[in-house]
Amino acid sequence: MHTPEKYLELFQKNRKQIGKDDPPFVKKLRDTAIASFRQSGFPGRKEERYRYTHLEPVFDGELSFDFQPRQIRFDDDEIFSCDVPLLDSSVVTVLNGFFHHPGKEALTRLDNGIIYGSLKEAIGQYPDLVKKYLGTNAPTSNEPFVALNTAFSQDGIFLYVPEGVRMERPIQIINLLLSDKNQMVHHRNLFVLESNAVAQVIICDHTLSPHMFLTNSVTEAYTGENADLDLLRLQNEHNNSCQVTNTWISQERHSRCQHGTITLHGGIVRNNLRINMEGEGAETSALGLFLTDKMQHVDSYTVIDHRKPHCTSNQYYKGVLDDISTGAFNGKIHVHPDAQKTEAFQTNNNILLSDTAKVHTKPRLEIYADDVKCSHGATVGQLDEEALFYLQSRGISKEESRLMLMDAFTWDVISKIKHPSLQERITELVGKRLRGELSRCNNCAMHCQE
Amino acid sequence: MLEIKDLKVNIEDKEILKGINLSVKAGEVHAIMGPNGSGKSTLASALAGRNYFNITHGKIIYEGKDLTELTPEDRAREGIFLGFQYPVEIPGVSMVNFLRTAINSMRKYRGQEPLPAGDFLKLMREKKKIVEIDSDLTNRSVNEGFSGGEKKKNEIFQMALLEPRLAILDETDSGLDIDALRIVSNGVNKLRSPENATIIITHYQRLLDYIVPDVVHVLYKGRIVKSGDKSLAKELEEHGYDWIKHEVDAHA
Ligand SMILES: Nc1ncnc2c1ncn2[C@@H]1O[C@H](COP(=O)(O)OP(=O)(O)OP(=O)(O)O)[C@@H](O)[C@H]1O
Ligand SMILES: [Mg+2]
Repeated sequence: MHTPEKYLELFQKNRKQIGKDDPPFVKKLRDTAIASFRQSGFPGRKEERYRYTHLEPVFDGELSFDFQPRQIRFDDDEIFSCDVPLLDSSVVTVLNGFFHHPGKEALTRLDNGIIYGSLKEAIGQYPDLVKKYLGTNAPTSNEPFVALNTAFSQDGIFLYVPEGVRMERPIQIINLLLSDKNQMVHHRNLFVLESNAVAQVIICDHTLSPHMFLTNSVTEAYTGENADLDLLRLQNEHNNSCQVTNTWISQERHSRCQHGTITLHGGIVRNNLRINMEGEGAETSALGLFLTDKMQHVDSYTVIDHRKPHCTSNQYYKGVLDDISTGAFNGKIHVHPDAQKTEAFQTNNNILLSDTAKVHTKPRLEIYADDVKCSHGATVGQLDEEALFYLQSRGISKEESRLMLMDAFTWDVISKIKHPSLQERITELVGKRLRGELSRCNNCAMHCQE
Repeated sequence: MLEIKDLKVNIEDKEILKGINLSVKAGEVHAIMGPNGSGKSTLASALAGRNYFNITHGKIIYEGKDLTELTPEDRAREGIFLGFQYPVEIPGVSMVNFLRTAINSMRKYRGQEPLPAGDFLKLMREKKKIVEIDSDLTNRSVNEGFSGGEKKKNEIFQMALLEPRLAILDETDSGLDIDALRIVSNGVNKLRSPENATIIITHYQRLLDYIVPDVVHVLYKGRIVKSGDKSLAKELEEHGYDWIKHEVDAHA
């Protein structure tokens, strides 16, 4: 059987179990999604968007999939302490794609109207609110991974910030993968910021057992007029995992968004980011930093869609690649005919630490308006030999000199993270990663093998 | 202190240094002059250990050790300092972090503990005074956006901090205004001692009014073709290099 058929069959066979409490609108989303997937199948080897990351073989692997949360007993605090412990945040845990809440409410509603917690629960409790947004941003047509996720995802995190409300503490979503067999997970996040709302979300991805994990997640975010969303993702799964993220953000007038992805570990990582500027004067910045070695592969694919005038976008993507790891950056800036006075910038810089590491970088500008400022720049290089010699000539060892230059290279991205204690923590994590001190098991008490 | 014997250096198969002989004793100041492209910076970099240079022949003996076997960092730790003709800009590496790492690397090599933060700051303040360098500069990334003169001052500042035994200053005077020239020269003179030695590469005799050399050498086409006392520098200032070039080329 071909791989797409396996998934169609998995869906049909389990149609009753998949989201069995779904209201009709979710059922309909699933059916539309599976129809889209039937049409598209997986991206082929020739498909330009997925040229450097061929995912069909990964999806073809022997992977189990849960329709209900499996009862796995563990004590969060005991086996896992977060990578960002200094942060005063509201922590929500997702285990194998399901909201994990032993003894806690699945959905929290604060006095100021903020709602956060299980998406599944939110669909049950606030169907009208969820219906307004779910699946209206991330299309399933011609987006096979969004389609699969829409068809199969059972749960994830929902966040709603009402008009004019500023979230005091960031929400930290900890995605944990823990299984006794190779496992596939589809989970889904939905963040809604009404006008003038302010929120910060941190997503941390972790694996807690050495099994092969395939995660295909979709995050949809809506930022209303003049709202402010800060969304940072820290990827730290083990190298026997494959992670596909699909992040779709839409921005209304004068809204601001900062999106960041820091990839420390992970076998095959594909990050799709799409930002739609739906209103005038919206601002966005997208940060990306990945550090790879061994056989890791990290592919960032971004589209910033300027649909309205006076919007600004900045993309800063950087990669440091060692050993036989590979990377790709494919960044598109699309400026529609109406989007006059657009300012869109993009840079992608990569450092290869070995002769065998490889990176493909491809900026794409599609500009259909004439009064715009757009620029892009991409570089692939080694560490600056002149700078290395300069540092060494002051008595600093070659190894330390290399690390100083790598710290400097990554700082360029990290310095743009707005939250100070998060910035500090990321600096430390990246520093440790570069020094080979950060193992994915760093914060895990299970001590399973690398 | 330093003994260079028939040193030949290739860069990409091209012979740049064609047999340099030079002997520097503790307490001495040597000046090296010579036309553009004659190999002065190549010699300086070879002493500091730049790696893409290919030493095809000869020896560099420093304090009885064969320098060519040491990494650039170990040469620095053994007391060699190169003031770069073109100091490198390193965005993202702060001056403070750079200097602290450098000092502590040297200390570690000597078996000393890292310098406590307070002592380090005190040392910085002290040395900043010598070269009258702006605090503003030490709060920035290494050489990033420094003016030509500021970069040169920064080299001397580093020298003052690291207290080398053998300093090689490659055109540290070019690009300096009159005041800066005096400041830099004072800095160098302050560090002069019977145990230390300095090699000054320069195009201008003016610097040698401030830092009086014991010996002046002329490097031309990869060879030291003439050596003399400080009057040689004056002669060059007045007559240029043509007379030496003629002499040498006639011999060849
Ligand atoms: N990395 C390099 N690759 C190729 N050629 C080089 C390199 N470095 C130096 N050279 C050549 O070696 C020769 C000597 O250069 P060097 O910089 O030592 O001269 P210099 O005497 O310091 O000159 P200046 O007075 O202009 O500073 C020049 O012809 C130069 O072009
Ligand atoms: Mg030179």
